[in-house]
Amino acid sequence: MSEDARVLPPRRPPARLVLADGRVFEGVAIGVPGHATGEVVFNTSMTGYQEALTDPSYRGQILTMTYPIQGNYGTNRFTDESREIQVRGFVVRELTDLPSHWRGEHTLDAYLRAAGLTGIAEVDTRALTRHLRSRGVVMGTITTHESAAEALDRLRGEPDYGSLDYVSEVSVKAPFDFVDDRPWATPPVGDAPPSHVVVLDLGVKRNIMRLLCARGSTVTAVPHTTSVEDLLALAPDGVVLSPGPGDPMLLDHVVTTARGLVGRVPMLGICLGHQVLGRVFGASTYKLKFGHRGANHPVRDERTGRVYITAQNHGYAVDGDHLDAGATVRQVHLNDGTVEGIEHRSEPVFTVQYHSEASPGPNDTEFLFDQFMATVVSGQRPAEPRS
Amino acid sequence: MPGAAVTTARPEKPRVVLVIGSGPIVIGQAAEFDYAGTQACKALREEGIRSILVNSNPATIMTDEDIADVVYIEPLTIEVIERIIQRERPDGLLPTLGGQTGLNLAYQLARAGILERYNVRLLGTSMRTIELAEDRELFRTLLQEIGEPVPDSDIVETIEEALAARDRIGLPLVIRPAYTLGGTGGGFARTDEEYDRLVRSGLAASPIHQILVERSLLGWKELEYEVMRDANDTCIVICNMENLDPMGVHTGDSIVVAPSQTLSDTEYHMLRNSALKIIRALGIEGGCNVQFALAPRPEVVAWESEGVPALPYYVIEVNPRVSRSSALASKATGYPIARVAAKIATGKRLDEIENSVTRRTSAAFEPALDYCVVKIPRWPFDKFAFGDRTLGTQMKATGEVMAIDRTFEAALGKAIRSLEFGGRSLQWEHPDWGAEPPLHATDERLWALITAVRRGMPLPEISRRSGVDPWFVERLARIVAMERRLLAEELTPTLLADAKRMGFGDSQIGTLADRLPEQVRALREEWGLKPVYKMVDTCAAEFDAATPYFYSTYESENEAPPHDQERMLVIGSGPIRIGQGIEFDYCSVQAARALRAAGVSAILANSNPETVSTDFDTSDRLYFEPLDEESVRDLLENEAGANGNAPASIVQFGGQTAVNLARALHSAALPIAGSSADSIDLAEDRGRFERLLSELAVPQPPGTAVKTLENAVTTANAIGYPVLVRPSYVLGGRAMEVVQDANELVSYFAAALAEKTGVVLIDKYLSGLECEVDAVVDGDQVLIPGIMEHIERAGVHSGDSMAVYPPQSLTQAQRDAIVDYTTRIGLALGVRGLMNVQFVISPPDDPDPEGPGVFVIEVNPRSSRTVPFISKVTGVPLVQLAVNVMLGRSLADQGYSGGLWPEGHLVAVKAPVFSMAKLVGVDTYLGPEMKSTGEVMGVDVTFDAAVRKALIAADLGVKPGTSFLLSLSNQTKSEALPLIRMLHEAGSRLYATEGTAALVQGLGIPVELVTKRLNEGHPNVVDVIREGTVGAVINTIEGGRPGPLRDGFHIRRTATEVRIPCFTSLDTARAAIQALAVPGSYQVLPLNVYRDGEAGA
Repeated sequence: MSEDARVLPPRRPPARLVLADGRVFEGVAIGVPGHATGEVVFNTSMTGYQEALTDPSYRGQILTMTYPIQGNYGTNRFTDESREIQVRGFVVRELTDLPSHWRGEHTLDAYLRAAGLTGIAEVDTRALTRHLRSRGVVMGTITTHESAAEALDRLRGEPDYGSLDYVSEVSVKAPFDFVDDRPWATPPVGDAPPSHVVVLDLGVKRNIMRLLCARGSTVTAVPHTTSVEDLLALAPDGVVLSPGPGDPMLLDHVVTTARGLVGRVPMLGICLGHQVLGRVFGASTYKLKFGHRGANHPVRDERTGRVYITAQNHGYAVDGDHLDAGATVRQVHLNDGTVEGIEHRSEPVFTVQYHSEASPGPNDTEFLFDQFMATVVSGQRPAEPRS
Repeated sequence: MPGAAVTTARPEKPRVVLVIGSGPIVIGQAAEFDYAGTQACKALREEGIRSILVNSNPATIMTDEDIADVVYIEPLTIEVIERIIQRERPDGLLPTLGGQTGLNLAYQLARAGILERYNVRLLGTSMRTIELAEDRELFRTLLQEIGEPVPDSDIVETIEEALAARDRIGLPLVIRPAYTLGGTGGGFARTDEEYDRLVRSGLAASPIHQILVERSLLGWKELEYEVMRDANDTCIVICNMENLDPMGVHTGDSIVVAPSQTLSDTEYHMLRNSALKIIRALGIEGGCNVQFALAPRPEVVAWESEGVPALPYYVIEVNPRVSRSSALASKATGYPIARVAAKIATGKRLDEIENSVTRRTSAAFEPALDYCVVKIPRWPFDKFAFGDRTLGTQMKATGEVMAIDRTFEAALGKAIRSLEFGGRSLQWEHPDWGAEPPLHATDERLWALITAVRRGMPLPEISRRSGVDPWFVERLARIVAMERRLLAEELTPTLLADAKRMGFGDSQIGTLADRLPEQVRALREEWGLKPVYKMVDTCAAEFDAATPYFYSTYESENEAPPHDQERMLVIGSGPIRIGQGIEFDYCSVQAARALRAAGVSAILANSNPETVSTDFDTSDRLYFEPLDEESVRDLLENEAGANGNAPASIVQFGGQTAVNLARALHSAALPIAGSSADSIDLAEDRGRFERLLSELAVPQPPGTAVKTLENAVTTANAIGYPVLVRPSYVLGGRAMEVVQDANELVSYFAAALAEKTGVVLIDKYLSGLECEVDAVVDGDQVLIPGIMEHIERAGVHSGDSMAVYPPQSLTQAQRDAIVDYTTRIGLALGVRGLMNVQFVISPPDDPDPEGPGVFVIEVNPRSSRTVPFISKVTGVPLVQLAVNVMLGRSLADQGYSGGLWPEGHLVAVKAPVFSMAKLVGVDTYLGPEMKSTGEVMGVDVTFDAAVRKALIAADLGVKPGTSFLLSLSNQTKSEALPLIRMLHEAGSRLYATEGTAALVQGLGIPVELVTKRLNEGHPNVVDVIREGTVGAVINTIEGGRPGPLRDGFHIRRTATEVRIPCFTSLDTARAAIQALAVPGSYQVLPLNVYRDGEAGA
């Protein structure tokens, strides 16, 4: 292959993204040919495509990256946040075949192909994002072999994102003890004594478990269907309700489990886990117009007034107006006032809507894991709430 | 510390705040601080705080009297600022918006106890913070305490310590002087000789005689983070940027990309964490810039890559203030850093400040980009052919361009089109480059890299040799592959679309595909290939944004539909370069304001990220685009929309950049506001202009335009030597020279032909007093706000001359002639708007001794660099008047009439400022080619006081009794006699070179002989300068074509390097010595007090 042929963007076959509202975006096929259907969402983070692709919270969704050049540093085996690519489809402006990184192993396209994912590049992703922000997220399908009309017909036959339970797809099938398979360990943080944390897996990211391990915990992930008794039988010092995909209103069984755990063990709810605990505390949840997905979301701690930049990935939110007297909203989103953190008034239970584990995204709120470990070690909620 | 509950008590909001500007434009400190200061003053006003501004630079928007509440145009010295504090009694001082100059002054004011004495609080940054960030040793200790890595280094204050440091750390080493800007005096030393030279120059450059000698991280990746913090400890990163040039090149001289392209999420956040930790440890309330070096590959550090998540990094530098990088970051993201920093300094928290771009979110967030930004520096080597083009730790660029697009290749292509570097495209190759172009860091490296790709050098090899990351090299390879397609394949709609999407300009495509640019444009029209415009909105389209700031790209959705309002386009002036500086940005901003004041929507186009003109609220719509024919026509067609109703373009304010577009716009049937393309051509076409002046009976030096050497020689013989030669259609006297004889004429012509300058103008060189005027012409009347008289005689470029308003030595008849000629020319040319006319007065060889002795030497049918100066000292709003004329309002309608505006009671002197210390190999003598980068103004009620202030502000102040080194050319010796006597009487010790010493002795004045033959014993001229024996130099040269190594070059360079005044014109020296010889002081008053005649004598 000549140098020119190598460096020029490959001539890829055409593909199109068809939205349920009839809007069509033309582009070229990446990954494998075929079609892929899901709720079309956008993420504004400028780095972290591999972490995002493997984030189980994107299950059932077609992910659009708003940063136009994707694949710059390739992919490697250490960066996956779960065992596989979780998104249903991938939409980018430019997919580069010329990555450069000392850690890189494959191009992003090769990575998508190996996973059998269908995607689309050369899309005016800004036009798509503007459409989604004004119209709200919408079902869509990427296709490499159908006309727009055919694809739309097929799309109309597909179930809506909100009606499906994706948690059962991503949760572990049986309990397992987390072992970091990377050749380096996340550096130890703090000097907490050894502890055992159980993660109720609704679609956990590896970095949550790594950050717990780094704080002296052994971590066991258990299926979302685990009962209170089975879970407590593992003798956890603390329980994490993990992030995950889909509508929290579909998770009555998890809400029941969580309700049974409050008061019996220190708990941390992250993202979907936060929404589940929100329901435990009497609130309902609702769907946001286009969600929060990115690495630049400002969250204000209502006690200190301090603002943190957080990584977010959620389409639903907790309605803070109807919380029980037992719980209080502790953090809010600066842009739209959505509830970003809840704290129980008497029990060692707190939640965050954002991804304090980052990966991808800023590490500003990693200290929440220290705060959680303090409750795990003492079994008490902190005397003086910290932010 | 994250996790700790920190609820800081809110500091009291200040009532009156002093803002210190950054002074003249020099390399390392340019228009970005006018932008920062202007934003800060506006922010203070929004907060209801009274602002007091001081700056010595009149060519700034911040010194407009509607920006700050009180404006002082005064020298930036401790003494002056103390007097301002005394008079205005501010309770706060904003030290972080005036660059290093402002920060250093604030530091000195605090150190001297002045702030405490008058109860002035430092806002945003404490003394401790300034010390921590600026003192290398304290900074290093602090970083070690918080566990952030710094490269091995030693603080050095003597030569002996420097040698010890070298032996301990080992070469190569980086030398960084403390408390300097733009890396002045620093550098990168590979050898003992280089090390010795840099240690000496670094110690001299540092105001505290301290340098840092540091381990070299040559070849590592260089990254920058712009960070903000408020008093409540909320910290955010506005932007990260990656330098295409690896470590070793000053960031101001690096090609910079935003956001970073080659960093993984882990690496991005590792450095982000470090930056946040640092701003917290420093306790900055406001903005801060952190620079990092990151190891590019494991083998560089012999690292075990399997066992670690990330490679090591070092913290290289922190600026505890807004900076050039923060201006770039502001324009790259849409986030107004200086504005927010000013608000934080007054006690506001980030979440209490509105995001003025979205108007629905707060300033507490991190911008998300959905485009790629490329910045390329603009270097002055088109002016300084003999300058050393190697890039290192000392910045050499005078300005920069920025371009935005959705791919790196396209942004790079547009950035290169924005450079206006002699029409040089990415396809340019140096004729001397062989199979292996030089890949070390020079201003031409980008072209060398792509040439190497073109010549087939393996890409990994290019990356290894240059240190440029393979990611960037492969992108260049992609551009080369596209070039080959364009050369080989038929130009189809698909190929053209691919090329446009990759950022190829029509003219490049034309060259490669064998078409004229206009034909490529026609094909684009036929095939429907037009750019769309997308918005810079800080949030990657997540929210609806209110600020119309656009860039072009070849995609589907256009976000900038034409609107119906009456509107006009102001074409800006592009990158700051010698000859086209911040003055033109001043005019563009004023023009936009005047349009808006007249109810006309102002559209602005520019490519310069440093400027006020590209601020988000200067215009109603901003196009961040190259200012070439293609981009300007594209955006005008976009504005025209379907009905083809394009707005008129104003080309008078953007310097030669904008004026040069007049013809192309006219040919494309696009309307031009004000003077027509034909008027402009009439003024600029030498033949037509000469005929016009003859018809008007306006005297001019004999001369003509020639195209061949034969004609040149014939003409020169006819009019007699010396002659002034220059290419037609250029700005800033590029390649203008005084030629003494036929031999010099031949060599000039050879050089001119090599540069394909085409037409060369030859004029009789008349060496008299020089004057100039700016004028507004409405077709019936010509208003001249004032006459400016140059201190230096003709032969020194007007941009390098000191000038005084009002004129000090003109007769009434000469004034009348100037007004009369200007009026006649303005009306005959059909000017609508501004023009500038330059005159020579009473030349000794006057060809017409009976006349008033006034000759027109040049007319510019546009705004000139003196417009801000003359507007400020006379109070006549020139730009506003001109814009209203273009909108059809006569001068009379605006309450003005023709003729010379009554002279005020003040005297104002403009003095040029040079950046020569930074440009190794460049000769500093004053001549017909412009060399200065900026200017200052001294204003008072007497000429002597005004000159004194201008000299102090320009750093040319000479204290009484200073020892002088004299080295005079034979031509100037007799004229220098009174000056020598004056120096002697003022108590100066005199040192002189061989011939000059004899002259001084002849006057019976004691003098010490110093040889200028450097190989014949000591002390020689270089010794007495370097050792500080003399504090100033007067060195005149024979006229003619100077090369870099001719007589006196070492004298001038050495004086420049040790930063003592070096006068190469007796006129400047005389003004300086006279001003200092006359006892008396100067006043410190707001500008309007002088102008209104309220300042006592």
